[in-house]
Amino acid sequence: MKNSALLFSIFGACSVLLVAAQDPKVAAPASAGTLKIISSLPRTGSANAQTNTMVNGIKLAIDEVGGQIDGWKIAYEDMDDASPQRGNWDPAVEAQNANAAVKDDQCIAYIGTFNSGAAKVAIPILNRAGLAMVSPANTYPGLTKPGFGEANEPDVYRPSGTINYFRVVPTDDLQGVEAANWAKSLQAKKVFILNDRELYGKGITDVFRKQAEKIGIEVVGFEGIDSKAANYRSLATKVKATSPDLVYFGGTTQSNAGQVAKDLRSGGFQGMFMVPDGCFEQAFIEAAGAANLNDKTYITFGGLPPEKMTGKGAEFRDAYKLKFGAEPEAYASYGYEAARVFLQAIAQAKTKDRAGILAAVSATKDFNGVLGKWSFDANGDTSSRVMSGQTVQDGKFVFVKILGN
Amino acid sequence: MLDFEVFIQQLITGLSNGMIIALIAIGYTMVYGIIELINFAHGDVFMLGAFLALTLLGALGMEAWGPSGQIFGVALMLIGSAVFCGGLNWSLDRLAYRALRKSSKLSLLVSAIGCSFVCMNLGLFWGGAPMKVFSNGNAAAAPKDFPAIIPQINLLGDGFLRITPGDLLVFAVTIPLMVGLTFMVKRTRLGRAMRAVAQDPTAASLMGIPVDRVIGATFFIGGALGGFASVIYSLYNNTIGFQMGTRAGMDAFTAAVLGGIGSLPGAVLGGLTIGCVRSMSDQYLETRWTNTIVFGILVLILIFRPNGLLGSTRREKV
Repeated sequence: MKNSALLFSIFGACSVLLVAAQDPKVAAPASAGTLKIISSLPRTGSANAQTNTMVNGIKLAIDEVGGQIDGWKIAYEDMDDASPQRGNWDPAVEAQNANAAVKDDQCIAYIGTFNSGAAKVAIPILNRAGLAMVSPANTYPGLTKPGFGEANEPDVYRPSGTINYFRVVPTDDLQGVEAANWAKSLQAKKVFILNDRELYGKGITDVFRKQAEKIGIEVVGFEGIDSKAANYRSLATKVKATSPDLVYFGGTTQSNAGQVAKDLRSGGFQGMFMVPDGCFEQAFIEAAGAANLNDKTYITFGGLPPEKMTGKGAEFRDAYKLKFGAEPEAYASYGYEAARVFLQAIAQAKTKDRAGILAAVSATKDFNGVLGKWSFDANGDTSSRVMSGQTVQDGKFVFVKILGN
Repeated sequence: MLDFEVFIQQLITGLSNGMIIALIAIGYTMVYGIIELINFAHGDVFMLGAFLALTLLGALGMEAWGPSGQIFGVALMLIGSAVFCGGLNWSLDRLAYRALRKSSKLSLLVSAIGCSFVCMNLGLFWGGAPMKVFSNGNAAAAPKDFPAIIPQINLLGDGFLRITPGDLLVFAVTIPLMVGLTFMVKRTRLGRAMRAVAQDPTAASLMGIPVDRVIGATFFIGGALGGFASVIYSLYNNTIGFQMGTRAGMDAFTAAVLGGIGSLPGAVLGGLTIGCVRSMSDQYLETRWTNTIVFGILVLILIFRPNGLLGSTRREKV
């Protein structure tokens, strides 16, 4: 951490010098300077592969405006909110990142987090400082929507009374419902539900259970797992003994989804396995072993996989492939989207400071996004409702259909 | 399926998991028995053994070897990891512990914690090595898939009850090792020397026993058992990662304390108890209570039998 703090201050000092050196000579607008976007995403552990493509998406968006808007230079800093001790996002590191962003005078935008639990830590810190935050990946409803989480949510994240947190992905109260509906249309009559006991995983399984019961799927079990366990053989036996048609796991690759899939198969469970978007990354297939997933695994995602996008999304995909020579992963498009929301806000802001940009972000309306036009609603949520279902074939994700239509 | 079958299945799973825990626990208990050190690095030595096994598996292309070749491959990994972990554990003693033999137990303990961190970071470094063996995009901290070269078929046909070759392997490797170890400690010269050093190092050295060499041998044997355990663990769970030593080490240490630290049969009993309690709690209670139950039992046993299930009451140190 010392290193990054040092780099951080050197970087800050340099840009101050740079501005100081330029000001007298260049006839830029009088107010011009540097505006910084900070992203806080997990870069240690198996999430890193996906984060790489999200960061690429952010960089692509900044490059598209030439790295500057109205004479203001757009700087970008890529922070890691995971620690090797956890191999996953770490609340202490996330808090550190948010505090560093607050203290950085140039920082006007915070992109993150990937995990909903991490957002819970960062939002109030940034809220007190009036710093706008856009998440490319958080789907736990309680972060923005009243009535879906704890009684004090989401007000507890807004100590200043204003809304500073927005997200460009549809939430789990939609995803969990669509997942249950999809399970029904896959002829599942009995489901066993597992979750990783994290904010996101537990949240989405609660929604899934409620909807499953409503549409007449029998829930034969509902359990929280120990995401650090060496294996889940005993649990697999328990699951098999209730003979479900489908097992739903609410969690992420980092909370051991791969091992759960492995042990269900080696424990002799033959039915379907369904997971939410937290497992929609190549690292999940690698951790589980393709043979354990092929043809019987279903993944829901609040959006479209990049190869199915049209319009602005297709432009993004082509530009991404041209620049980075690889296919973007699912969340890359949302990394790109979050950055573009900020860039548009910077262009439209009346004053180029935190308050001005926050106001411009919350006024985002009919935004020409990768999934078509959408707006932020009063809670800070996207109005986009596009959901898709995927399966795994030959070790690759394969798009099946758009859910909810 | 019947309730009875579910119970038997959980017993099989519990015993398999317990055997692996027991094999690691022996490494803790042997070292503690002889120099009263809780070797915190043991779990991480175990973890490095698994990395060696995966590297061997990948570098030699064992996935393509065919069934009989893979039996040879498993034997090769077992021996390779055992020698490696034994040697590593011996080196830790030589480099980090021997010089502190005469100082307070606390400095020895701190040194062991330091070794644990060093080994864990070696694992992190190893996991990021640019080798085709590791499929996960070389993300150093990501869990690695350990290919299932043991077929995951049910030896009992299509019924509910399952016994896989993996389960058999666990028993086929651990039981002979435990029997052999007991025989060695009870019947051989080295075993007698180990028991003598454990009882009184000064008296043992006066009798002409090379104390340091005996302690070194103990570290080697404990480490080698950890090496065997690492290969079985990897083949059984099919996932390894640089943090696996922490969790496995904690379970094994708990098993050693439960059984009575310093006692070999105690470590085995403790391991099997923990394995079975975990399985039964997963089945008949809820998974989320499992850790609470395991440590609750540990607390109860330590209250009523402070020396563990089979621990002797002759000493009171550390």
